[in-house]
Amino acid sequence: MRFVDEYRDQDQARRLAQAIAKATTRPWSIMEVCGGQTHAIVRYGIDELLPPAITLLHGPGCPVCVTPLELIDKALFIAARPEVIFCSFGDMLRVPGSGGDLFSVKAKGGDVRIVYSPLDALALARENPQRQVVFFAVGFETTAPANAMAVFQAHAQKIPNFSVLVSHVLVPPAIEALLSAPDNRTQGFLAAGHVCTVMGFEEYLPLAEKYHVPIVVTGFEPLDILQGILMCVEQLEQGRAEVENQYARSVQRAGNRPAQALMAKVFRVVHRKWRGVGEIPKSGLGLAEEFAAYDAETRFGLADYHKDEDSECISGLVLRGVRKPHECPAFATRCTPARPLGATMVSSEGACAAYYQYRRHTEKSREPAPRS
Amino acid sequence: MCLAVPGTILAVRGEDVLRTGTVSFGGVNKEANLAFVPEAKVGDYVLVHAGFAISIVDEAEAAETLEYFRQIGELGELGNKT
Repeated sequence: MRFVDEYRDQDQARRLAQAIAKATTRPWSIMEVCGGQTHAIVRYGIDELLPPAITLLHGPGCPVCVTPLELIDKALFIAARPEVIFCSFGDMLRVPGSGGDLFSVKAKGGDVRIVYSPLDALALARENPQRQVVFFAVGFETTAPANAMAVFQAHAQKIPNFSVLVSHVLVPPAIEALLSAPDNRTQGFLAAGHVCTVMGFEEYLPLAEKYHVPIVVTGFEPLDILQGILMCVEQLEQGRAEVENQYARSVQRAGNRPAQALMAKVFRVVHRKWRGVGEIPKSGLGLAEEFAAYDAETRFGLADYHKDEDSECISGLVLRGVRKPHECPAFATRCTPARPLGATMVSSEGACAAYYQYRRHTEKSREPAPRS
Repeated sequence: MCLAVPGTILAVRGEDVLRTGTVSFGGVNKEANLAFVPEAKVGDYVLVHAGFAISIVDEAEAAETLEYFRQIGELGELGNKT
């Protein structure tokens, strides 16, 4: 496939890794923010190509992982109602709430459906006017324009039986929370290419300056990630802390203006809880007042429900790059993708699930990882 | 979750928020909303996420990145010869 295959060339990958080794004179810790990048790094063994001085930390950029327990509980409650068709992206269905997951609700007769696009959920609402159709609107900035469009069209087309359970999170406030934490180990960031496709990268400029960290907007294919790491290492070695754009074939400095305009109309910035991390101020999106009627939390009387997490899961430390997945005592024993204790084991983009799937049980293992 | 897949636009229909198109992903055709890429036209490559095109692939920038990889390769080979 064009714009994919040419970024997976093995010989080029080796040469880029050699260039990184050549540029590296000291140990550096670099965090890839996005779960899609984490998955690619572990899947293709990119971390094993790197010199031992480079440590990749896996960041909080998996929206499935950071959706708080209380929102999963709200989803379970709504999905169990007989009049509801509950629609979600597939990877939310196995995320454990306090009492089961969406699959278990489906097994007990709940009408839970996996959709590819929020517009598919809107079409279901149009076709089933006697049912309440609820879409689980999770995601980072990449997904927010799509979800905004579904709400906007529901309003414009007067589809009253559609609503959204919103769990939108934003990347820059999370990066700032990581950088200001006393136990921060991250010295440079690979920013998420598709988040920046929508938002551009101007909001990262003050972060790079304030915390003196290089931030390289990076794509998702192996050569993209290796080039992003090389650009980050070169900045670190030279003492620079700038925002650079590796993924220029998709990301423009100002981002996608029409998408941002619709997001700004439909959503407003709110405080959000992140699973395993806690509340981060102004780190999420909720519906703007004009569209409040489409808020499933209000429609089903759940706005005041709160639930704190109670688990031996250390996903908060994993999401902040403080611990690696295999350093958790429950990893691959009491916690597996089939029976996850916490969110980072659930999504294929969660760091724990990626480590489990590709059998990366020891850090910097020099043995070739068996591929499943 | 933030996966976006490049595909080429085969046909465009509708306008404004209902602007959609048929996009071919390596021969597999799917409908995508094109409201966020109003200037996209037939033949353009777009990145599609959750049924929405979020950018037009900049072919000049893509070629530049590939040229960079090629140069790194040449430098590596020069390094190996010395």
